Amino acid sequence: MIFAGLDIGSRSMELVLLQKGRVVEWRKTDTGYDPLGQASLILEGLSWDSLTATGYGRKLISDAMNAQAITEIQAHALGVRELFPEARTILDIGGQDTKAMALLPNGKISRFEMNDRCAAGTGKFLEFMATSLSQPLEEFGGFALTGRPGVAINSMCTVFAETEATSLMAKGCKAADIALALHHSVVRRSLSMLKRVGLNDPVVFTGGVARNPCMVKLLEQDLAMSLCIPENPEMTGALGAALYGASNARAHSTASK
Amino acid sequence: MASEYEGMWKSLGMDLGAHDQLLAVLGQGYTDVFLSQANRPKGMDYFNFVMSEVHGLRIKEMLEAKEQGEKIVGSYCVFVPEEIVRAAGATLVGLCSGADFAMEEVERVLPRNTCALIKSSFGFKLGKVCPYLESADMIVGENTCDGKKKSYEELNKLVSNLYVMDLPQTKSENARALLKAEFVRFAKAMEELTGNPITVESLKKGIAITNAKRQAMHRLEALRKADPEPISGLDALLASQVSFYDAPVRFTESVNALCDELEERVKDKVAVFPEKTPRILLSGCPMAVPNWKLPWIVESSGAVIVGEESCVGERGLRNLTDDSGQDVESLMEAIVDRYFKIDCAIFTPNEDRADHIVQMAKDYKADGVIQYALNFCQPYQIEAMGLESRMEKEGIPMLRIETDYSPEDAEQLKTRVEAFVEMIG
Repeated sequence: MIFAGLDIGSRSMELVLLQKGRVVEWRKTDTGYDPLGQASLILEGLSWDSLTATGYGRKLISDAMNAQAITEIQAHALGVRELFPEARTILDIGGQDTKAMALLPNGKISRFEMNDRCAAGTGKFLEFMATSLSQPLEEFGGFALTGRPGVAINSMCTVFAETEATSLMAKGCKAADIALALHHSVVRRSLSMLKRVGLNDPVVFTGGVARNPCMVKLLEQDLAMSLCIPENPEMTGALGAALYGASNARAHSTASK
Repeated sequence: MASEYEGMWKSLGMDLGAHDQLLAVLGQGYTDVFLSQANRPKGMDYFNFVMSEVHGLRIKEMLEAKEQGEKIVGSYCVFVPEEIVRAAGATLVGLCSGADFAMEEVERVLPRNTCALIKSSFGFKLGKVCPYLESADMIVGENTCDGKKKSYEELNKLVSNLYVMDLPQTKSENARALLKAEFVRFAKAMEELTGNPITVESLKKGIAITNAKRQAMHRLEALRKADPEPISGLDALLASQVSFYDAPVRFTESVNALCDELEERVKDKVAVFPEKTPRILLSGCPMAVPNWKLPWIVESSGAVIVGEESCVGERGLRNLTDDSGQDVESLMEAIVDRYFKIDCAIFTPNEDRADHIVQMAKDYKADGVIQYALNFCQPYQIEAMGLESRMEKEGIPMLRIETDYSPEDAEQLKTRVEAFVEMIG
């Protein structure tokens, strides 16, 4: 049987196909303004036995495509435990949300925190700031690593942080130093969420922002521990959704025997 | 189509255009949230009717009684002693504070970062859309939180009939003396307003009416302990909300009739949600009509709400008033005793509330507690932080939610609530 997991995030959507417990296909595309249309595109030419949707578009997909839906919190926990069976803490920074989760030794979620309603401390914040400093998003982390410490951005608000950045530029601060300060501000926010759920080693960092080397370095520095990062950190949610479909099918077949 | 109540609303000085808009939104919200529920008890028909006439027939009835000399007292808080209001032959109504209205006007009078409940009460006044407020002979403000007590200074500039009741902030002997003095002062004010003396007989009658209402609600609460629950949390919340508006004796009869039906449903295991649906205890700030956002999200996320630890819920209804006193003094003491037990977050310390939440979670077999605080409501927000560790110690999963009346965070709330339900399910 083939189990499909589809994670419809605010910025991007990811698809994972799972067969006999192995990932046989994965795809990624932008969510754009028509998530249902994009979902049809990403699924084109594929077949599956069960589809599980997660992410903020989960309800849309489950209604339109006869799919099950789970929250991204559960999806990430499942995906992370598959990749790192010992994981106890998860930090996921996506386009619109930042989530911190604490897992029990058996993998069940014991606590979670999510940012509420605004983009502070999310991938969107970094994207916005990269644009205002004229840096391509993919290179923003590397650029920030060339910055020198000593500059601080205090505002958590995306709009006010840009104002702060602008006034620092006007004072002659270097763009790379400001970029480093912006990363520090996201890290501070992530740390406070992690501390609220309780920090236990090993910590897994997922979501697109886990590809940002500056975020990884600053987090590891401040936590004084090293982070586990999946090879494709933005895929964890889709993987977890596919795994959910598989375990559900197992539970069903056991029940019907 | 012009409403038959247009003349009445106009005579109250209301803004008809704005009020029509409000009723349209309220009606749509009610249809989406309540009428769409499957397998509701028949007894809810009464509450549907009350809600459809909440600004119509009920106001007409109150105004007719007013012509016969019955005074109307409006309140924003469960600390206003209903027994005393009824003893003076007046009627007590809760004033609208559960929806955003005329926010641009409100923000000219109050800071933006004021809680939604306070802002809402101003919005209904400034927008001229609350017929209860406009028909009230006296509006009682109470010094609970800083937000409310300071905003009454501003409300006093907008209305001519505001009466402010002071409230204690601790549970000391001195604090009780303050509450007693304030209730005595309030009783005098009621006598002056109505011209009716407060006597042993009238107090006993006031206590009887109010206790009967509470007892009916206690019956409803007890029935919600059943698994599967015979009524949705939304419908039970609605009954609590309606208790603030409806004529008390009729309300009591309707709740008792509903409970008769629910007893049958429990016997026959008729429920709104399947057995083993995760059970949630809601705890925190009051939910005034039509603030149904969070309960709606919870009950559309695969969970059922089994109780409300709230002023619109058990905090407001817990404990009866002892009616055994044989003179005014001892009956007043009994009333003070009853209200002094309310575990509002304005009190410090307030360990009773934490104990009550733990007790309720056990009694109602709740799988988890959702702590709900309005943004900028410091008393409940701060208590929620401390409750987190208390609940952890008790082994009760808890989710902390801070929100307001606007729908903009509904999707994010849904994700958090669904994840919480997955976690405890």
